[in-house]
Amino acid sequence: MTRLTVKLLGMIVALVLSIGVGQGAWAQEAPAVDRTSTGGAQTLEDILRRQDGLKVDNSFRSDNIGDPANVAGENGSLGTLGGVSDSELWRAYRYGELEKLGDLRVSAKGPDGTGDVTQVVVQDTGMAWLEFRKGPMKDYGGYLLLGTVGVLLLFFLFRGRIRIDGEKSGRTIERFPSIERFAHWLLAGSFMLLAVTGLVQLFGRFFLIPLIGHEAFAPAAIAGKWVHNNVSWAFMLGLVMVIVFWIAHNIPNKHDLKWFAVAGGLFSKNVHPPAKKFNAGQKVIFWGVVVLGLSISVSGLSLLFPFELPMFAATFAHLNDLGLPQLLGLGELPTTLQPHTEMQLAQAWHTIIAFVFMAMIIGHIYIGSVGMEGAFDAMGSGQVDEQWAKEHHGLWYEEVTGKPAHDHHPAE
Amino acid sequence: MKTMFLAFLAIIVIAIGADQALHRAGFSIEEVTSAPSVRLD
Repeated sequence: MTRLTVKLLGMIVALVLSIGVGQGAWAQEAPAVDRTSTGGAQTLEDILRRQDGLKVDNSFRSDNIGDPANVAGENGSLGTLGGVSDSELWRAYRYGELEKLGDLRVSAKGPDGTGDVTQVVVQDTGMAWLEFRKGPMKDYGGYLLLGTVGVLLLFFLFRGRIRIDGEKSGRTIERFPSIERFAHWLLAGSFMLLAVTGLVQLFGRFFLIPLIGHEAFAPAAIAGKWVHNNVSWAFMLGLVMVIVFWIAHNIPNKHDLKWFAVAGGLFSKNVHPPAKKFNAGQKVIFWGVVVLGLSISVSGLSLLFPFELPMFAATFAHLNDLGLPQLLGLGELPTTLQPHTEMQLAQAWHTIIAFVFMAMIIGHIYIGSVGMEGAFDAMGSGQVDEQWAKEHHGLWYEEVTGKPAHDHHPAE
Repeated sequence: MKTMFLAFLAIIVIAIGADQALHRAGFSIEEVTSAPSVRLD
């Protein structure tokens, strides 16, 4: 085990280091570019740097917005054109410098209620969303999933498979009836399909296109979108069923404190805190699935029916009322949003929730399969060995069978 | 394990059903994002 452990640790260190080196490229300063050949406009070098994701100093464009004071006299040639050319005006739009050209307002008020001409003509938050999606969202989301897998690998190397401590009895009892298993697998199967197709939507451009090419990726991505959109209904149905079947069993009780006190016996052999149908760890997973599942469903519905179910302006209004954003120093959040901004926020939120959800479920899949002997049977056949039930869900075993789980520990 | 495969089958049935139902209810992407003056086929 030790050689394997050392090798694995080396791989993880190498991975972390390579990420650090990769990030170094972003820290480069934009070099000064000679633009005399283009008369001050952008050069091929600027375009190539931008395509490579390198930093470009855009001040040569953002500052080049003309000056209303330069207007030619009324009697001069071209006197009525003003001091700002069309290109300069649009650059001012593009870089949010419009106010420097004067107090330009439109009579139709924009979503911010001010008649700000930029808000009405240009939907500028699209760029911020795009940058966030292909930058921090993708990077940190990926690190979260890789990190979760790494932690589980380490846990497996040090703790190994959690075995049944006592002798298997050979007798089984029913842990989950088939309707509950059906609900679980409806939720789990659809979750896996949604996770894989969702990851393809976000990472496909970076990992799959270089691997399989544009021609193969395009139909795969379209098929993935179909799956993601339509399988979502099975996920929502499974979520509702699971909540209905199990919510009563997941109300916290005093046994959960004991479970947390010994970390569920996850890190030590022969430690089995008493638990009813679900132990505290499973309750954390359950409530995580409920909260994340509902949030991802609502934001998903908002995306499934574009512009029909905007939810962020209303959410921000509630948050403002609670005073939460003000407490965090964010000030009041905007309560009127453009339709496209609503969609961008819904997409970003949907993905953030999805990453947290996936990280949690990776842990759940681990402990329900390779991580613990006998755990899969509960959801596979629905039948678990009596010894497994006594060790992991002693109080539930006593409830179901009427027999004590441990000789020295009579039923409470 | 039979229940698990039954649930996976249900996912496929629900997905195809949802697609068909939304198309028939006029929620196809073509209908939602176009006007009557646009010829779709």
